[in-house]
Amino acid sequence: MSAKRVSYFEASARARVAALVDPGSFTEFCPPAQRRTSPHLAQLDAPVAFDDGVVVGAATVDGKPVLIAAQEGQFNGGAVGEVHGAKIRGLLERAARERPAAVLLLVDSGGVRLHEANAGLIAISEIMRALMAAQAAGVPVFALVGGACGAFGGMGIVTRLCDEVIMSEEGRLGLSGPEVIETVKGVGEFDSRDRSLVWRVTGGKLRRALGEATRLVDDDASAFRAAAVAALTHHRNAPADLASLKAAQAALTERRATHPDTRDGLEVWRTLGLAQPEAVPMLASDEFNRQLDALATEV
Amino acid sequence: MSDPSLFDALFGAGNHTVVIDGHFVAGPARLGDTPVAVIGSWDAAAVDGDLALAIAGEILRVVEADAGATPRPIVFVADTQGQALSRREELLGLNGAFAHVARCVDLARRSGHPTVALIHGEAVSGGFLAFGMLADRVVALPGAQVRVMDLRAMSRVTKIEFDRLQTLAQHSPVFAPGADNYWRMGAVHALWHDAGADWRAPLATALAEAVDAAGHDGRAALGAERGGRTLAAAVAREVANEVAGG
Repeated sequence: MSAKRVSYFEASARARVAALVDPGSFTEFCPPAQRRTSPHLAQLDAPVAFDDGVVVGAATVDGKPVLIAAQEGQFNGGAVGEVHGAKIRGLLERAARERPAAVLLLVDSGGVRLHEANAGLIAISEIMRALMAAQAAGVPVFALVGGACGAFGGMGIVTRLCDEVIMSEEGRLGLSGPEVIETVKGVGEFDSRDRSLVWRVTGGKLRRALGEATRLVDDDASAFRAAAVAALTHHRNAPADLASLKAAQAALTERRATHPDTRDGLEVWRTLGLAQPEAVPMLASDEFNRQLDALATEV
Repeated sequence: MSDPSLFDALFGAGNHTVVIDGHFVAGPARLGDTPVAVIGSWDAAAVDGDLALAIAGEILRVVEADAGATPRPIVFVADTQGQALSRREELLGLNGAFAHVARCVDLARRSGHPTVALIHGEAVSGGFLAFGMLADRVVALPGAQVRVMDLRAMSRVTKIEFDRLQTLAQHSPVFAPGADNYWRMGAVHALWHDAGADWRAPLATALAEAVDAAGHDGRAALGAERGGRTLAAAVAREVANEVAGG
């Protein structure tokens, strides 16, 4: 028995896959031996990776068949290029045909890879369509967000298409990164070096409070696995039909009214009625979940 | 700059009552005998949550109105400088608002509405991803600009010299701005020329092609055929079909 906690945040993509799936169950598609590298990075004399920064394959989790993709944040910030994106798209198309119990997307990405920006942008829209086609075929898709690059740009959109979003507080979810907003709009709009502010605006506790992250876990690979196992037993479905999309439209509209001038997660926690909003960043995920659940049952 | 005479060119004068409301545009039109719904963004919109919800809400209205009847074609008009850059929009989850728009486009597709996106002005990054890139047919109008980021900004971020990027861009469609690059890569199906022309016939063709596409995403195959994106289709196919353990 190993009782040693493995930080999901610090683990590599391959280590995350190993920690999530049943031992010995993983088979990789398009493995590094096939040398599917990016010719576009090579053209710019930038380093390439034999897996183009994403691991895709089949495995079991708690005995159930899953397809799994894991982005490597250490390679180009997990950014999506032509090959990288095509591997994720292919996996989702495979899912629509094979109908596994779920697809797990281990997102760790700043979005589009600028060295091949057009190919990356198009690839993300292909992933979006393939993801929704897999869901329409009855396959749930779960996003796991807890790496250093978070889930931003197009991968932030892809994450929010998923049926379940499992996050740690350290994981961040958004569209434009704080650095981009600061560069264009100035430090007064968003100070990207204020790390606690960045987490209060993009981090797992805010996303969980807004209902975007469905499960908040500690930064521990076994906690991510436990949440994935639970989601395989019972999961939320992303809205897909007219009635549920109308409800989502109403909820998103109401959110803007409920938090009219909010620019800091502290105000969201206060508005939602958490007893000590300023103490939220210090709470363990279990305690935070308990307080949120208590509020939900009070209403 | 968006130009309202666009709708005369698309449908003929008197055949549309499209309303431009700031950066949001929507309204009914008629192409020959076919009723059409127009929905989109206007005047280089920075797409924020309100605009995303306006677009999504309009798609839902059209889908609901046509339930049980013939689903109208939807013509999306995209003119966007990209997503709004703001801390508040990030906090409220602009990515989720865009995902919601994408779901609404997908609902329209699954409900049988043919979808065509017209890039009018600019189509940039996230603002384009949200709805324009999800249509079954994408057309770039004359002068349309499509990009993720301009080359100077790209040079700053990637630390690759601007001159080098500019030279490479002449041969490679993969990173430089340009509707023609997106055409070569299969993400823009057609480039329309001749500003000020009568576009009723080409629009009818695009709508017929959208019906044929019927939800099948053939863009990677098209990019391979046109020589601008040679790996995407093959790699996706490999992952989709590879025999497990093989």
